[in-house]
Amino acid sequence: MADLRSHFAGIRSPNPFWLASAPPTDKEYNVRRALEAGWGGVVWKTLGEDPPVVNVSSRYGAFNYNGNRLVGLNNIELITDRPLAVNLAEIKSVKRDYPDRAIVVSLMVPCVEESWKRILPLVEETGADGIELNFGCPHGMSERNMGSAVGQVPEYVEMVTRWVKQNTSMPTIVKLTPNITDIMQPATAALRGGADAVSLINTIQSVVAVDLDAMAPMPVVGGLGTHGGYCGPAVKPIALRMVGEIARNPATRGLPISGIGGISTWRDAAEFLVMGAGTLQVCTAAMHYGFRIVEDMIDGLSHWMDQKGFATIDDVTGRAIPNFVNWNQLNLKFKTLASIDQDACIKCGLCHIACEDTSHQAIAKLRVDGTRRYEVIDEECVGCNLCAHVCPVDDCITMVPQPVEGVLTWPQHPNNPARVGK
Amino acid sequence: MDPRPDIAANRLSPECLAIRFADAHPPLTGGQAAIEADRCYFCYDAPCVEACPTGIDIPGFIRGIATGNLAGAARTILESNILGGSCARVCPTEILCEGACVRTAQEEKPVVIGALQRHATDWQMDEGTQPFPRAAETGRRIAIVGAGPAGLACAHRLALHGHTVTILDARPRPGGLNEYGIAAYKLPDDFAQHEIDFITAIGGITIQTDRMLGRDITLAELETTYDAVFLAIGQAGVRALGIAGEERDGVLNAVDFIAGLRASSTGADVPVGRRVVVIGGGNTAIDAAVQARRLGAEEVTLVYRRGAETMSATKVEQAWAQTNGVAIRYWAAPLRIDGPDGAVGSITFTRGRLLDGRPVHDQDTFTLEADMVLKAVGQLFLPDPLDRGAIAIENGRIRVDAHGRTTRRLVYAGGDCTPGADLTVVAVREGRDAAEAIHADLTTATGA
Ligand SMILES: Cc1cc2nc3c(=O)[nH]c(=O)nc-3n(C[C@H](O)[C@H](O)[C@H](O)COP(=O)(O)OP(=O)(O)OC[C@H]3O[C@@H](n4cnc5c(N)ncnc54)[C@H](O)[C@@H]3O)c2cc1C
Ligand SMILES: Cc1cc2nc3c(=O)[nH]c(=O)nc-3n(C[C@H](O)[C@H](O)[C@H](O)COP(=O)(O)O)c2cc1C
Ligand code: SF4
Repeated sequence: MADLRSHFAGIRSPNPFWLASAPPTDKEYNVRRALEAGWGGVVWKTLGEDPPVVNVSSRYGAFNYNGNRLVGLNNIELITDRPLAVNLAEIKSVKRDYPDRAIVVSLMVPCVEESWKRILPLVEETGADGIELNFGCPHGMSERNMGSAVGQVPEYVEMVTRWVKQNTSMPTIVKLTPNITDIMQPATAALRGGADAVSLINTIQSVVAVDLDAMAPMPVVGGLGTHGGYCGPAVKPIALRMVGEIARNPATRGLPISGIGGISTWRDAAEFLVMGAGTLQVCTAAMHYGFRIVEDMIDGLSHWMDQKGFATIDDVTGRAIPNFVNWNQLNLKFKTLASIDQDACIKCGLCHIACEDTSHQAIAKLRVDGTRRYEVIDEECVGCNLCAHVCPVDDCITMVPQPVEGVLTWPQHPNNPARVGK
Repeated sequence: MDPRPDIAANRLSPECLAIRFADAHPPLTGGQAAIEADRCYFCYDAPCVEACPTGIDIPGFIRGIATGNLAGAARTILESNILGGSCARVCPTEILCEGACVRTAQEEKPVVIGALQRHATDWQMDEGTQPFPRAAETGRRIAIVGAGPAGLACAHRLALHGHTVTILDARPRPGGLNEYGIAAYKLPDDFAQHEIDFITAIGGITIQTDRMLGRDITLAELETTYDAVFLAIGQAGVRALGIAGEERDGVLNAVDFIAGLRASSTGADVPVGRRVVVIGGGNTAIDAAVQARRLGAEEVTLVYRRGAETMSATKVEQAWAQTNGVAIRYWAAPLRIDGPDGAVGSITFTRGRLLDGRPVHDQDTFTLEADMVLKAVGQLFLPDPLDRGAIAIENGRIRVDAHGRTTRRLVYAGGDCTPGADLTVVAVREGRDAAEAIHADLTTATGA
């Protein structure tokens, strides 16, 4: 059996699955249920200074696709709207009862050192295992110069992280916003400020849908809408890229990463781990299905690790990073060709029309004795994979790698005006 | 035991009959339709389109349902098939569109195209609006004989092109077999009449009922009064068994039994035997057997001369009969009907087998006790209403070219009175295509 125990930037948990700072971790009641369900830890819903913020009614908008609900979720909620003392007392009580779990507290206070100095000892007193600095909330709080308003300015990220590190001994995770051009800027700033780890991504600024009757972005609050933060399965590709970027960049190599963004299954979790994450945070999937999804996440990850011969989470973290390269390093001599399994083909014609209309006219549409038949024209196929993706039958179209002779990358390619050694 | 056959009406309470003759396949909810529409792969060169006799752009209309564009979906259906509503309910989709659906090949679970088609067309009919505007009046007048699916489809297309149409039908109500032939639970709630109202609302169509060609008016008279004539008179005759006892009381044509049921508002007044034997292997036999059961017959046996594989009723229809408690017996040909005082008491069959690829009935006999025998061994086209020799008949039906032109100039025909499969959807196509031919002939031919 694989050992799923996690030791992340000085924070221990029985498994790497944490609930991200959000409604699932807003109250003691929810957090206890989560820990009972088996979650390795939680990042408590972001605390701020009193008086607490006020949240609106109508908070979520959904992106549903082809009958699948919540492919993406958009929210306009702010940080916790409960008094600081209430949250602190609850955190203390939970930590006392669950000493083996990771209880991390998310924080967001104004960008003045005094504010941080005030709140840090109060959190420390709860016995929490660490803190996460919320530099990511992309709506509402950013209008008040907090959240992503800080996260988008690397100098502020560094400055606030430094204040925090100077005023507490708790492990400090800096939560990054994806609403930025180059994720390396805030990541390196956090490192310079002394962060023990980074977590990403927070939500992406978005308008999830427009109500065509109300003529307002959704969710509609009394006839008006605002932009919100996007999360859920739809954001996973963006998160994976940013996590991998930080993991592979020499400037941040070795910096622990807590991966967040669209994680819904053990498979998603495995992908984040091999792209460099050490722990995983989940929000939308739990909000969609409840806490018990963690059972299959733990079970599936553990089986997969056994199959692959990975004993610990550390064995898995970053496994794909050596193969995550710049485009420049790809072999231009490599070639793959589409191949259609005629016995599995159901004659939907989607491969043909995709290639014919939008690619390389490499799938012929035939009629043999009146029956439809689709055949790949090898000479025309560039191996783009589109047909294999549109085919609704599993394993009907496969991409067959062709024999390759040698390696030729763009830096050496004759078509490259700036080629090496020219 | 009373030797008199037991044939009676009111075997079941009105409440029970109402349930038994309600919609056999209730409509999809909006949510179900959305999920089902998303199952469609939006195939290119989709096999289902080719399998639909009217060639509806099926992936096109299903996409409309998936995106919430029901008006577009309905329009896509109705521009190919103005009776898309009844076809959605009566088509044997398992051998048409759904049989060809690529999901049938993939997982034996086609997209339920018929039910989706109903979803869109129901929406349109509930809207109460017309999807197609009528062209300016051309002043041309066309007579259509027969207000069944072929006649109605032809009328709508002609009216669309601006022509003025008069439909004559021998029966008291229009609709043809949609009104008095199709099983009651396939077209409940007077759907046939609602659809006719929807079709004729385009304008320019008049329906005259109780007007019979050959009795009240001749073809020659129609030709002098109208610019063109479309014949859509279906098949008025039925085949006989040709066995002893066929004339006995209690031996009925299945189509007449069904017509009686369709004409009745509740079914309560329709007499049905306690033990019913149905002879035949097609749609009509299945429908008669199931409806006899649903009226309260205790035992219904459907007897077919050959095996299940050659039955013209589809597998789905055979299974439907069986789930309705109809026993199906294969390989038996009727020999004679006996009974007391000119009534039915029993029917005797000879068992058959396949010999050198041909069916022969040379085995032993068996007898089934019966109070009622329903004959469903095929309908026949009767040419009597047509002026003798005026129009060529071929293999017992009116000869037409690919566009519905008969051998007589400006006389056209389609539907069950012409060759081809006897299906509602085929009748619709033939009516539609004949209308296009009439329109072309009248607007391009000089001196027509
Ligand atoms: C019992 C039964 C069940 C069926 N079930 C199905 C089914 O489930 N699905 C399916 O697709 N198909 C079914 N069919 C077949 C389908 O009903 C026919 O193919 C279709 O109705 C043919 O349409 P039509 O317009 O050619 O003829 P019809 O519907 O027969 O209409 C002909 C019309 O012409 C009128 N007429 C006849 N002679 C004259 C005259 N001399 N003067 C004036 N008017 C005249 C008749 O009164 C009638 O209204 C069934 C048929 C039967 C008999
Ligand atoms: C309703 C809602 C409220 C959130 N509130 C917070 C918050 O207070 N602090 C924070 O750091 N992140 C907050 N987040 C972001 C999540 O912690 C997480 O980063 C994001 O949802 C991506 O993960 P997911 O795809 O698993 O949902 C919130 C997300 C949602 C949906
Ligand atoms: S891989 Fe791309 S180019 Fe080749 S057949 Fe498929 S779609 Fe066409």
